[in-house]
Amino acid sequence: MRTYILRRFLQMIPLLLGISFLTFILLQLAPGDFLTTQAENPMVSQERLDAMKRQFGLDKPWYVQYGLYLENIFLHFDFGESFDRHEKVFVVLREGLLNTLLLALAAALVTWGLAIPLGVWSAVRQYSWVDKGLSVFGVICISIPEVLSGLLLLMLAVRTGWLPIGGMHSLDYDEMDWVGKAIDLLRHLALPALVVGLTPLAGRMRQMRGNLLDVLRLDYVTTARAKGLPENVVVFKHALRNAINPLITLFGYTLGSLVSGALIVEILFSWPGLGRITIEALRMQDQYLVLGSVLMASFVLVLGNLVADILLALADPRIAYA
Amino acid sequence: MPEPAPVALEALPPQSPWRMFWRQFRRSHLALVGGVLLALFYLLSLFAPFLAPYKQESMDRDRFFHPPHRIHWIDARGHFHPLGFIHPTRMVSLSGLEWEEDRTGVVPIRLFVHGERYRWLGLIPSDRHLFGVDPPYRVFLLGADPSGRDVLSRALYGSQVSLTVGLLGLVISFTIGLLLGGISGYFGGWIDTAIMRTTELLLSIPGLYLIIALRGIFPTTLPSQQVYLAIVVILAFIGWAGLARIIRGMVLSIRRQEYVAAAEALGMSRLRIISRHILPNTLSFVIVAATITIPGYILGEIVLSFLGVGVQEPAASWGNMLTQAQSPALMASMPWLLFVPGTAIFLTVMAFNFLGDGLRDALDPRKVMGGKT
Repeated sequence: MRTYILRRFLQMIPLLLGISFLTFILLQLAPGDFLTTQAENPMVSQERLDAMKRQFGLDKPWYVQYGLYLENIFLHFDFGESFDRHEKVFVVLREGLLNTLLLALAAALVTWGLAIPLGVWSAVRQYSWVDKGLSVFGVICISIPEVLSGLLLLMLAVRTGWLPIGGMHSLDYDEMDWVGKAIDLLRHLALPALVVGLTPLAGRMRQMRGNLLDVLRLDYVTTARAKGLPENVVVFKHALRNAINPLITLFGYTLGSLVSGALIVEILFSWPGLGRITIEALRMQDQYLVLGSVLMASFVLVLGNLVADILLALADPRIAYA
Repeated sequence: MPEPAPVALEALPPQSPWRMFWRQFRRSHLALVGGVLLALFYLLSLFAPFLAPYKQESMDRDRFFHPPHRIHWIDARGHFHPLGFIHPTRMVSLSGLEWEEDRTGVVPIRLFVHGERYRWLGLIPSDRHLFGVDPPYRVFLLGADPSGRDVLSRALYGSQVSLTVGLLGLVISFTIGLLLGGISGYFGGWIDTAIMRTTELLLSIPGLYLIIALRGIFPTTLPSQQVYLAIVVILAFIGWAGLARIIRGMVLSIRRQEYVAAAEALGMSRLRIISRHILPNTLSFVIVAATITIPGYILGEIVLSFLGVGVQEPAASWGNMLTQAQSPALMASMPWLLFVPGTAIFLTVMAFNFLGDGLRDALDPRKVMGGKT
């Protein structure tokens, strides 16, 4: 097991190198660079432009630039400097990444918190109106993209005033005690998390239902029933434990799509996450910032897959990793 | 397997794969609804310039923020108007958000009116519109946006972009995916390794982040036709990786079958074997996968335009129509800005989902009757 985890970690390195290379090439293909926007600004002199060009190595060929970029990451853990914000990329992105992860985790809580009970419910009442109603609900969930559900909930918030319509903290956040701070954060988190969490809900719900139905057909469940155990005990104590396993491991695989789904919601609800930073960086042609944030988002996805694989191996002894 | 009795064979009419597919597909009412809805949407977008009372960029400086017109049938003097009419409206509050009907005036809605000139499909010049009112009045069946442009017309014109960009991107992307997956599975070796590592790379970047990174290749502002092409290129690039991996797996199993060996023995070229004998066997899977993933491609354009890096004003797309609905102040007072493009997107995505589910059930070989496939 330990060698497996170690090997998977080592495999991540070429993958991340490849992603950084790909993104770097993409940004090189882009017409102009950060200096093009600066050059249009009459306040910036030609000498200043030349100085910046040298400072950021923009006068060198792309492979030298890429080499410098990698060297800085490996030797100094330095992801370069944001041209636009004049701050270290890592500093800018760290906070954004944490906020995005917070949002993604809250969304996962929404998804799994709803999918497991609803999936169980529709499985134990198979073909009833509950089952059919939940499957219609699932289709609707799939068919409303995040942009729409986000705008709809935003509209609800504007009209009712029950929940804040954006941002992460209220204006008087700093004066609150920690309970107030926590509640304030939760209130701001509620709508974005709901939007991000609803999209994968239908799939997970179907999976839970299918898993439980499969397990309920197994021999040991029949044995449990034949022993005269009450149906509740059969379903919740015997069947559910085995049916829930794949769903928990799936969590890791979903992390990437949650981060991706969070991007649009961050824009809608002004959540200060990775996605917002990336879009702004794209508009400003802020090369290293785009590069850094795509790398970080990919890192989350790859790490999520790794965690999922490890959980799968831990949860199911039939899977042996040599 | 025992031979079926000849009587049973006579009882069933001969079934082509197409007929078997249709018999299964017909049973799924939701899939039919989805198919009909999509056919309708694509027809609407094809005839958009004729159906829309105004052009997408046509502004009415006096009637911005106008709410949807109410259609009346019986006027103050008791006359009945079979096509309906609207009352002239005037702004009552300075903020420009409240409008009042002038109950005495009657502006009848007419059919096949002369209006703004357009070229249908870029070829046939015309100025006929399905319906409209006499100038200087304007009819806004679904309201007007902050610049006084007709939301209905913009939704119709926008569908021309939003419904086709994804489709084009999908076709290109699936062609790449099929070819590379086929090559990868058939040849194996270092080609396989190279292609599979590349797909892993692409699949490791979260979808929207990849789209954003790809968007960076193109200048921030582009003329609308080039934006269209740029979005097609971006969308073509994102989806092929996942498909190529699945196709590779399928090809690996198909290529071991005897008829492939026979084709090789007959001296067919390898690319011809892949394209003529192996890939057609993955067809039913590909059709279903395409239908199920197409909403993702359509949403790709919508998201890009929504973020302001896709289709630019004054050209309309469902995505940039949503951008207007984004401001909290407008959202509360002008819900039509959100609901018109929103409903269009929702119905399109749902129709594709229904259709995809129905196709999957109908094309699933395990479900085909008789057990012989």
